[in-house]
Amino acid sequence: MRIMLTVNGKEYVRDVEPRVLLVHFLRDELGLTGTHWGCDTSNCGVCVVRLDGVPVKSCTVLAVMADGHDVHTVEGLANGAELDPVQEGFVACHGLQCGFCTPGMMMTARWLLDEHPDPSEEDIRTALSGQLCRCTGYENIVRAIQWAAAKESS
Amino acid sequence: MTGFGRMPRKEDARFVRGRGTFVDDVRLPGMLHSAVLRSPFAHARILSVDVSAAQAHPKVRAVLTCADLAARGLAWMPTLSQDRQAVLATDKVRFQGQEIAFVIAEDRYAARDALALIDVEYEPLDPVVDARTALDDGVPVIRDDLAGKRDNHIFDWEAGDAAATDAVFVAADVVVAQDMLYPRVHPAPLETCGIVADHEPVAGRLTVWVTSQAPHAHRTLLALVTGVAEHRIRVISPDVGGGFGNKVPIYPAYVCAVVGSMVTGAPVKWTEDRSENLMTSAFARDYHMRGELASTSDGRLLALRVRVLADHGAFNSTAQPSKYPAGFFHIVTGSYDLRAAHCAVTGVYTNKAPGGVAYACSFRIAEASFLVERLVDLLALELSADPAELRMRNLLRPEQFPYVCATGWEYDSGNYPKALQLALDTLGYQDFRAEQSRRRELGEYLGIGISFFTEAVGAGPRKHMDIAGFGMADGAELRVHPTGKAVLRISVQTQGQGHETTFAQIIAHELGIAPDDVEVVHGDTDQTPFGLGTYGSRSTPVSGAAASVAAQRVRDKARLIASAMLEVDPGDLEWTPGRWAVRGAAGAGVSLGEIALAAHGSVDLPDGLDGQLDGSCVYNPPNLTFPYGAYICVVEVDPGTGQVFVRRFVAVDDCGVRINPAIVEGQIHGGLADGVGMALMELVAFDTDGNCLGGSFMDYLVPTAVDCPSWELAELVTPSPHHPLGAKGVGECATVGSPAAVVNAVMDALRPFGVRHADMPLTPAAVWRAIQGRPLRADLAIE
Repeated sequence: MRIMLTVNGKEYVRDVEPRVLLVHFLRDELGLTGTHWGCDTSNCGVCVVRLDGVPVKSCTVLAVMADGHDVHTVEGLANGAELDPVQEGFVACHGLQCGFCTPGMMMTARWLLDEHPDPSEEDIRTALSGQLCRCTGYENIVRAIQWAAAKESS
Repeated sequence: MTGFGRMPRKEDARFVRGRGTFVDDVRLPGMLHSAVLRSPFAHARILSVDVSAAQAHPKVRAVLTCADLAARGLAWMPTLSQDRQAVLATDKVRFQGQEIAFVIAEDRYAARDALALIDVEYEPLDPVVDARTALDDGVPVIRDDLAGKRDNHIFDWEAGDAAATDAVFVAADVVVAQDMLYPRVHPAPLETCGIVADHEPVAGRLTVWVTSQAPHAHRTLLALVTGVAEHRIRVISPDVGGGFGNKVPIYPAYVCAVVGSMVTGAPVKWTEDRSENLMTSAFARDYHMRGELASTSDGRLLALRVRVLADHGAFNSTAQPSKYPAGFFHIVTGSYDLRAAHCAVTGVYTNKAPGGVAYACSFRIAEASFLVERLVDLLALELSADPAELRMRNLLRPEQFPYVCATGWEYDSGNYPKALQLALDTLGYQDFRAEQSRRRELGEYLGIGISFFTEAVGAGPRKHMDIAGFGMADGAELRVHPTGKAVLRISVQTQGQGHETTFAQIIAHELGIAPDDVEVVHGDTDQTPFGLGTYGSRSTPVSGAAASVAAQRVRDKARLIASAMLEVDPGDLEWTPGRWAVRGAAGAGVSLGEIALAAHGSVDLPDGLDGQLDGSCVYNPPNLTFPYGAYICVVEVDPGTGQVFVRRFVAVDDCGVRINPAIVEGQIHGGLADGVGMALMELVAFDTDGNCLGGSFMDYLVPTAVDCPSWELAELVTPSPHHPLGAKGVGECATVGSPAAVVNAVMDALRPFGVRHADMPLTPAAVWRAIQGRPLRADLAIE
């Protein structure tokens, strides 16, 4: 099936099998390996990307469902050499250890701050509750997002 | 900044841009993909395996079965515990999910498609699912592949003095006893296991990219298993998405991928799926324990007696020092001064996945620490004593260090009462007890749980500790290049611990240069010295010490070069960070950068001194390091639903000198979440047919951001007297120490209901059933 979609602002036209998952399309077809795969059941969230601005688990979206849509991945988060405040916050607050959940966490965090520039700790934890991290106990991820919110409001 | 302290991690720049390189990110020209056919049965005889339809699939390039492997002598492989494990099943399958065939195809999806085309004929056999019946007469013998094997017994092992312990028990005023299960759990790193194997037939070289916590050990083992000479094998462990012990073993699919590359002449990638990870790779715990604690009537602890039935699954493949089949479980005396102790452990086979030592357990200290801390709380209940006061009364005193415990460990250093007091003060313990009383009158059930743990990490002295025959010493090689920039090569492998930063800080501390001027090379056997890798919280205690000593050797060499440059006696030079200076001569001296340039230049060097500026060390630790901590958890339990809410968690850790405190705190945060997970939700259970009931993240629950409180940390620093930096390991401390605090808190909350003990995980169902007086058995789906 032929699909046309925009990923990080760039248009792609590709022929794909209808069953190909968006996560595999991004990783194997476009070489955007910053989006990871971690489970088959939409539980872990390491595959989160934004589809028309909304965080989705790309292991539960078929590539053909993204036809005509706008996808954003971690590779598009920074503006050239300039990191997004969310990325800066993760570095400043030691918000990542192994780095495997990080792209998905940051994509959700970016969505949260776009929607709610001044989230409470509870808002942040709730926003992340569909994603797993096995390294950080979430503490510094929460702080990283608070750091980014503070930076953007200053 | 030079040296120790908080600094952002060097590795973060790539991760936050999505530019890490994990194994599944590796793409090689012509690379093929693979998938494993696994057994749906826990125990069955294999009558036939027909792969002809799979082989006929247009995108399939090869299908491997045990016959293909047997032709190469690879149907079985040795485990890390002197047993053997089937690579692809030959005669029988012995656990659900066991490997039967390996399909290699042109893409991921085709490899999966072809699995459905393989026809296996099974004769189901009765499974042995309950470890408690594994040694009964008449149960099926799982390992009939072993000559003469007529039962499911693996080992008996004991530590301590049985007679002396029994004597104390006979005379003791008070004895509390409890059966408890530390159920089977799984490390479940978010990156599953995987490999890309690339065998180059002309040169006979094998390169593998693999999710490995121990690249050098894996290279040696691959050489032993596959027959490819060790010097022609290169193991690259790139970025690793969490390990927690899950990425220490060699898995059957790794061997299949190597053979697959030899057979097809192309690189072969295998990426484990989540169910495969949870159902077949290294699990943790599964200890059925009975503990007894003897004390005086006024609460002086006297002795400990423990019996354990250890469920090792279908193959004994635990990864731990060879001398210790129960790992370091015999540190079960914990943080208390006991007159005597004895523990006896029996290991058995069952029709479950193999493994047992994983999930940040510090070689079974997780089980030991949990047991003793539950027993102390049960004793407090028995004596109507405050659990904090009872602990304070019995903790080791600072003046007792170095302390040799009743089972033989020599604890290096600590101030235990101060740590407990700091935890109590941080929480506001007395205020909380008062609030607990008030809230109980309102029908609200708060619980406070304390755990005081002692860890033994940094294995270890090679005379006593080896894995598969390899002594547990690790190497470090440091070279200062002509411009004064340094490259450190280490044998350990980060899975998120931040070695690129911490080890650069160690060199910066020793040489007085900036951490940014130190590049840390790791995870590639072609570029790093031999060593046993990262697990058991051993990187800083062992390799950190190696790096420190290597840097000291560089400094010593630099002094000799400086003496030649300055034409003074080396004894007249004194070190200030980054510089050898002439004592008493203001301004006379040379920087490390100047020395490095001279070392590569034409300065006339003293006799016996080679040029260049480098140093190396293979560090053989004299002892383990003994970090410890005091943890307090506050929970609220809803008796109507059985749901547990973790309200607060205070953690005081003393892991000696902290090289990068932010990284240390991050390690502790992660371990505390593990503790909440194990105490409240994580479980790999089985039904009576041996079906795994924890085979996906819908069934195997791990804590999310809303299950965790904001962790409250505090610290003490008691340097390790034998580590060159005074550091101790820390990576596993919180995973080891925290589950008992959570369980003790829930039991404290349930005291009004007369609940004395319930096994983990304390799910809503388990808590509700405990309140009803009908406790659930966690590990089996039976009444």
